[in-house]
Amino acid sequence: MEWITPRRLKRLGMLGMNCRNVEYISRFNDRRNYPLVDDKLQTKLLAEEYGVAVPNLQHVIRTQREVAAVQARLRLTERFVVKPAHGSGGKGILVIIGRDQETDELIRSNGERITWIDLRRHMSNVVSGLYSLGGRTDQAIVEDLVIADPIFEAVSYEGVPDIRLILFMGYPVMGMLRLATRASDGKANLHQGAIGVGLDIATGRSIAAVQNNRIVTTHPDTNAPLDHLQVPNWERLLHLAAGCYDMTDLGYLGADIVLDRERGPLLLELNARPGLTIQVTNQKGLRPRLAHIESLGRRSAVAEDRVSYAMTHFGHQSNQEQAELFE
Amino acid sequence: MTQRWPYLFIMAALFAGGIATAVFRHDTYRIPYLPGTAQSVWQIEAKVEFEASGDPVQVALTLPPVQAGFTFLEGTAASPGYGSHREQGRAQQLIRWSKRDARGIQTLFYKFEAVEAPDFAPPPADETAPTAESLVWDEPYDTAVASLLASAVPRSADGYTLARELLVLMNTTPVDQNVALLLSEWDPPRLLPRLLRQAGVAARTVTALDLQDRRRRQELRELVQVWDGSGWRLLDPQTDGAERPDNLLLWQTSEPSVLEVIGGTNSRVLFSMINQTRSALSLVSAQSANPLLSLYSLPIEEQSLFKLIMLLPVGALVVVLMRILVGIRTSGTFMPVLIALAFLQTQLVTGLISFLLVVATGLVLRSYLSALNLLLVARIATLVIVVIGIISVVSIVSYRLGLIGGLTITFFPMIILAWTIERMSILWEEEGPKEVLIQGGGSLFVATIAFLLMQQPVVQHLAFNFPELHLCLLALILLVGRYTGYRLTELVRFSGMRGAD
Repeated sequence: MEWITPRRLKRLGMLGMNCRNVEYISRFNDRRNYPLVDDKLQTKLLAEEYGVAVPNLQHVIRTQREVAAVQARLRLTERFVVKPAHGSGGKGILVIIGRDQETDELIRSNGERITWIDLRRHMSNVVSGLYSLGGRTDQAIVEDLVIADPIFEAVSYEGVPDIRLILFMGYPVMGMLRLATRASDGKANLHQGAIGVGLDIATGRSIAAVQNNRIVTTHPDTNAPLDHLQVPNWERLLHLAAGCYDMTDLGYLGADIVLDRERGPLLLELNARPGLTIQVTNQKGLRPRLAHIESLGRRSAVAEDRVSYAMTHFGHQSNQEQAELFE
Repeated sequence: MTQRWPYLFIMAALFAGGIATAVFRHDTYRIPYLPGTAQSVWQIEAKVEFEASGDPVQVALTLPPVQAGFTFLEGTAASPGYGSHREQGRAQQLIRWSKRDARGIQTLFYKFEAVEAPDFAPPPADETAPTAESLVWDEPYDTAVASLLASAVPRSADGYTLARELLVLMNTTPVDQNVALLLSEWDPPRLLPRLLRQAGVAARTVTALDLQDRRRRQELRELVQVWDGSGWRLLDPQTDGAERPDNLLLWQTSEPSVLEVIGGTNSRVLFSMINQTRSALSLVSAQSANPLLSLYSLPIEEQSLFKLIMLLPVGALVVVLMRILVGIRTSGTFMPVLIALAFLQTQLVTGLISFLLVVATGLVLRSYLSALNLLLVARIATLVIVVIGIISVVSIVSYRLGLIGGLTITFFPMIILAWTIERMSILWEEEGPKEVLIQGGGSLFVATIAFLLMQQPVVQHLAFNFPELHLCLLALILLVGRYTGYRLTELVRFSGMRGAD
């Protein structure tokens, strides 16, 4: 088994789970604001209020009664996504990409056909809290299906690639592109075997790719090379993410963003406890950057200023960072 | 960290508080640190017999004084028809029986227990050195005493050595004329104190009980105590004055007699006794002088419940260490502790096998349930019933096969099992069997570690008898709660950083 010494990790400024929880999440994330990100419905409504682009909300299913009547409401919708408002880790998300006209079956993103009864059961599970933390009753959100920008089609196996950005006090400090694989069942979830590709904050170019905590260079399913990827509209995407800090007031925040073919970057969801593998994909520890932001005397209230500051200081090639290596 | 020092101070205070309270309670209430410490206990029964003449009767029996080497447990004065109470006599406690009208042979009992406590010493009495008032001897004893003392005093250094010298003279054969004369008037235990007092040394006759296992109808024995300047020293005039022998219980040290009977004749007191070895702990709970806030004051049934409850923090500590320092993923934060508690009842191997059996069967049935399109609550409820069914079948089958161990399966908390099956099943659907193995294996691993720790007799003993030690656990958990270093599993998880500079 491959491993690395704690001393080495410390020298690299790697943020560990305990340190993240004690020194960042508990200090900078006010528990009162958690519902804003844990409840995807609230996030969505808030984002619309702040003018942050999100996939359009179609329906909210709140009760089992509404579940029974869902067929009538979705009759005319070809493509949609069902997700639990309180889900985590991509659990309970059902993506419908079309309709089989003959059998009236629904076609899932992985090609599987399900009946309306299956759909209702899924929604019923969602509403009764199967996917929510603590099993509380939940709401099922039905929203527009995002049509992924085809730019990453070659490096993604089914599913929609998304971009995870870590924001500290509203400054984007690290980014990663997440690509679904066959192992991850079309989900862009690193725990399930999706690939994380580190992105240079300055440019949106790829740095390194990681699957199951191991460095990879090509996509295991498509064999496409993972270096030299470039996220389009990078700055606009950072602006979108940086705005999320203003609307949630969470100091340590993860923003998941998708690239829609027509609408460009859309905020998918927010996370008050973003994961740590992003550091491996960037081949950099988070602590020096977090310490850098913390030491700033005056932090900007304008998202654009924060983005340009981060782009100049946290670029992968930037030497400034090296000089301030966290000890 | 801004509040580092106050925080560390509180940790240290909690820790020290826990240890200090434990030490204090050990010293004060004699609660042993280790399980199974045995102590020797004497059950002593004093039997008072006398012939009542038909008048109102009062009987007073002197009780043994507080003394080094023994602690006493509350006694009972069981005697039908008699009123009895304890009271403080002039020098010692005594028990007093009374009856308005008694006739014929009367028998009264007083039973109590004396616990051998070798390191117990009574608080030093503010006993001033007793003075030895001189006595008046009649002729011819006067001359005999003078001559005895004249030969013994020059060979002695102090009161105690004088007593030893006198005893040598009294026990020499052939018997000295003077000694023979005096012994014809006084028994040795009576004579020796008189001689010593004549020489200006404080001395007294005391009575004591020889503790010998399973002796019956034993009588008290007279011994001599000599003041050596700081305390009383015991001498046995029958031998030539050895030190205090073992298993000797001082009964009476001051003048009035051991037994006083008014309204009766031919009274005597006889003793029988047995020796038992009992765990030190059962004695602690028997000692009435226990503190207000003590688990021992609860009924036995609740106590055995608390024995389990008090183990929970130990399991919680294991979970905290495993999750924060090692980084093992478990299904449900404290489910491993509950499994470990169940293991305590079933033992490890039986527990592991039955747990796996139930969960595996449950998972198979659950996969069928998922096709039934049930609501969550109904599904869990179904699983609870399924779990009970599985447990019943396993119990019956294992009983038929003669495996009694299978019956202990019922100790698993059913609801927890049902939830475990549900979560595992969802985990299987959502993240695949690998994650089920990781989390299930993690849970069982942590549960096993917690069980191995909770099963230790020392741990069980300390957790129940020194609940204050949980303050130390608390301090430890709070301390670990602020640990910001890397988890053991992160060293593997971040191994992809080896190429980074």
